[in-house]
Amino acid sequence: MTEHVVIVGGGTGGTVLANDLADRLEPELDAGDVRITLINDDPDHVYKPVWLYVPFGQRELDDGRRSLEDLVDDAVDLRIDRISEIDTESQQLESMEGSDVIEYDYLVLATGSTLEPDQIPGLTEGGHDRRRGGRARARRTDQIPGLTEGGHDYYSESGATDLREELLEFTEGDLVLSVIGTPHMCPAAPLEFVFMADDWFRERGLRDDVDITYTYPIQRVHGNPHIAEWARPIMEERDIGVETFFNAEEIDAEAETITSMEGTELDYDLLVTIPPHGGVDLIEEAGLGDDGWVDVDKHTLEAKAAENVYALGDTADTGVPNAGSVAHYQAGVVGQRLASEIRDRPATATYDGKTLCFIETGMDAASFVEFDYENPPSPASPSEKLHWSKLAYNESYWLTARGLL
Amino acid sequence: MTDIESDDTVDARGAACPGPLMDLIGKIRSAESGDVIRLLSDNDQSLTDVPKWAEEAGNELLAVEEFDDHNAFYVEKA
Repeated sequence: MTEHVVIVGGGTGGTVLANDLADRLEPELDAGDVRITLINDDPDHVYKPVWLYVPFGQRELDDGRRSLEDLVDDAVDLRIDRISEIDTESQQLESMEGSDVIEYDYLVLATGSTLEPDQIPGLTEGGHDRRRGGRARARRTDQIPGLTEGGHDYYSESGATDLREELLEFTEGDLVLSVIGTPHMCPAAPLEFVFMADDWFRERGLRDDVDITYTYPIQRVHGNPHIAEWARPIMEERDIGVETFFNAEEIDAEAETITSMEGTELDYDLLVTIPPHGGVDLIEEAGLGDDGWVDVDKHTLEAKAAENVYALGDTADTGVPNAGSVAHYQAGVVGQRLASEIRDRPATATYDGKTLCFIETGMDAASFVEFDYENPPSPASPSEKLHWSKLAYNESYWLTARGLL
Repeated sequence: MTDIESDDTVDARGAACPGPLMDLIGKIRSAESGDVIRLLSDNDQSLTDVPKWAEEAGNELLAVEEFDDHNAFYVEKA
């Protein structure tokens, strides 16, 4: 009998896993004992870290897009479709495009993060950034009045290009970056953005005319206390204003003010936000976890509520950052575990929380952190070498997606 | 044991920092003034984070119940 592995989501986790399995299970695939299907609702794979550079005019959206067909091993069946229902009892999926029922022996959910579309400029109108996510979500009650009109972001393709328009013309005034939703993709990116903006305006001789303020929901500048402790003095040194315990409640696009639940009001001329994130609705509907995140064993990545279901990357609720490196390492673990299960051997591979992240501290300097469940991060001294390492990795990423690096 | 009745509960046990506080903030955001939210957290950091935020935001921390493996925080929305 042929065992069918279905991977839903062709982002970093899903793509790396598909290629990892194609390599690992080559004999079984050749013999027809195993079949692997990767389902994504966009023919392209999108590498989101490129978006950070778009507003500064340093990268184009196309730099972050490649056809999945080019990236994924020919031994994998690629299906461009959107899953509409998961039934973990009968181990079946239904999709939007096909009339067939997709049966699986093993299911891996790698559907990633979705921005709340009704809160994001351009998304409700254009809608083209929703492709990796679920249907428009109307159930959230914590919408922030004014966000759609007042805020910009670099967490979507349209957001990044709209922000570029604004930023390139911005020569004086108050630039406010407000982290509204956590968990969000790439926890370091808000810090990177203000560090880069500071340096970028300095290099252009405009920094004296631009005030930069960074807001964060809790009492530190970052969720991880070690990274927060490292970043705070750098922000002071660079004259980046900080507002902690700032949970945006309302944005008045007319008056250009943002007000927090804690009662602080800030004026802005350009507002950049990290919008609230969620997973896809499918997951909650299937009873696998809340808010679109699958409740998993954080070491084995197996879903707690169903048999033969794994989750990885942002989708797996492990408490580690929503970052590409995490999805990459987790894909290796899930690949090993699935191969063991298919070969009737005990699955022993486990994920230890490994996370790796370059953090830009300017336009030509970066730091680097590496940590796991047991060992906290200790950010490296910023250097030009690390900045180039980050840019070099972003190019080599396409080898990662292919399962080569 | 406390006899405070809560309108809603956020079970953030098992969540890494700052998950529990962010879960509480999310729930308070959608709550009505006067609602009492009960937060369950097994993260020790919550013992300092939650009182600090409640004070900052003007919400009242009514009580903290300590159990063997977790704590329960009762926060009333102002």
